[in-house]
Amino acid sequence: MNSAMALDIRPRGALAVLHRNFLVWKRLFWTALVLNLGEPALYLLGLGLGLGRFVGELDGLPYLAFLASGLVASSAMNTATFEGMYSVYTRMVPQKTYEAMLATPLRIQDILLGEMLWCGAKAAFSAAGILLVASLLGVVHGLAALWALPAAFLTGLAFAGPAIVMSAKADGYDFFNYYFVLVITPMLLVCGVFYPITSLPDSVRLVVDLLPLTHAVELIRPVVVGSAPERPFVNLIVLIAFAAVGFMLAVHLARRRLMH
Amino acid sequence: MTSSAIHAQALRKCYDGRAVVDGIDLDIPRGTCFGLLGPNGAGKTTTLRMLLGLTPPSEGSLSVLGMAMPAQERTIRARVGVVPQSDTLDPDFSVVQNLRVYAGYFGLPRAVTDKRIEQLLDFAHLVERRDSRVEALSGGMKRRLTLARALINEPELVILDEPTTGLDPQARHVLWSRLEALKARGTTLLLTTHYMEEAERLCDELVVMDHGRILDRGSPRALIERHVEPEVIELRHAREEDLAGLEETTDCRMEHHGTSIYLYTRDSAALLNRLAARPHLSVLHRPAGLEDVFLRLTGRDLRAGQ
Repeated sequence: MNSAMALDIRPRGALAVLHRNFLVWKRLFWTALVLNLGEPALYLLGLGLGLGRFVGELDGLPYLAFLASGLVASSAMNTATFEGMYSVYTRMVPQKTYEAMLATPLRIQDILLGEMLWCGAKAAFSAAGILLVASLLGVVHGLAALWALPAAFLTGLAFAGPAIVMSAKADGYDFFNYYFVLVITPMLLVCGVFYPITSLPDSVRLVVDLLPLTHAVELIRPVVVGSAPERPFVNLIVLIAFAAVGFMLAVHLARRRLMH
Repeated sequence: MTSSAIHAQALRKCYDGRAVVDGIDLDIPRGTCFGLLGPNGAGKTTTLRMLLGLTPPSEGSLSVLGMAMPAQERTIRARVGVVPQSDTLDPDFSVVQNLRVYAGYFGLPRAVTDKRIEQLLDFAHLVERRDSRVEALSGGMKRRLTLARALINEPELVILDEPTTGLDPQARHVLWSRLEALKARGTTLLLTTHYMEEAERLCDELVVMDHGRILDRGSPRALIERHVEPEVIELRHAREEDLAGLEETTDCRMEHHGTSIYLYTRDSAALLNRLAARPHLSVLHRPAGLEDVFLRLTGRDLRAGQ
């Protein structure tokens, strides 16, 4: 990989790409809002209240609070992954949006940085939806919970990079099913969203400790429920590493795909 | 500082060891309309992609507007306009939004953009459709919007890849008039086309390419004079036996293409006289054109896979 070329980035170009995506999204704002409030409301009411009655407390938290704070992280993951795969692929391949952008001073690294920032923004937006619903249900502790938003943004970046890598390699939308089944769904199930990872066998935990969603949950859950993360720097470093490596790899692969 | 809009030397592009562009030299003066002609697979689009820095050359040197490509790709593309072969308009946006968002990629200030958008809507005859969604536009309108979009940065050079392919004759004439207007302003145009009428009408100079090489270069008139006799008599649906005795005359060259036979000549009167004795033949007599040059240089056989 020619990393020197990947680092010739024009932030203003990336912001122009971000702005383009925002303008498209703005037209569908109300749909997005309903989805981003409706889905967490269903999860929290259905699982949190229903299942919570049997579970009682986990890690000293009412199950509704445990689940809501975990869903903030998993929703950031899902949102960024969807955007980085289906939407980015659409713009990269069938819609030829990148071809149009590449006829301007923009380069691939500017475009993909813009896309990643947009994935992060959407992740934060979906996190905000859950926070809002969760606060109405009385499980959010004070304004410090708003720290979950930048954490969700970073989580979005960490998942956007790998998702865009998938887009750069995909030969169609069906390809993304593998990524969901083999990567995203397992993470959703083992990274501490629904139950504490301390209940996993030690051997599994070694792997789970390397997964980005684990670190997103460790970072986000405490700030939502009003405590302090145990190892915030480790969490931040892992998420930043996924974002940075994902970005470099995505630029490399997209360049190979588009500049053949 | 060179006066060339584009200067390429021994430009080559290989994919998996196979040369798609095989050592071409180009020198395109500013302010001209220059054509790249050639059959599908001749290397035209790859050449354009190299000129824009969208794919690195395997060998050779290239400068665009006096700057080295790909070293200065951003600066070059800031001063070049592109009309790509396929529709790359943003389907989520209106006509005006397409122009505004695209201006954002160049980092143009809002006030400048707004002023230019009004001028370009007028130039592209799209004032009435300014708020239409792209999906609601006809093929001709989409092409004109793509041209308007390519002009948002007031480019010195506009590169057009088959700008009128797929358009109906009226839409094509409107687009030609817009390109002629651009040329009159001194903008350098570089276009690829399959339409010889388009090349003859717009291009001051052109090259005919095939298999990644340049076969010849010149003005349309010069190429016609160099490669074909001045007149053509085309016989449609003629059979071999209809033509017995014709090929024996001097100064008449015969070529078969599809169901037609072409007689290239400098003395049409005598030939027409003799054809008059075969009244059942469908005879078309016309001056030789660029199409005859094209067919002569690139061969009349169809490409594999077509």
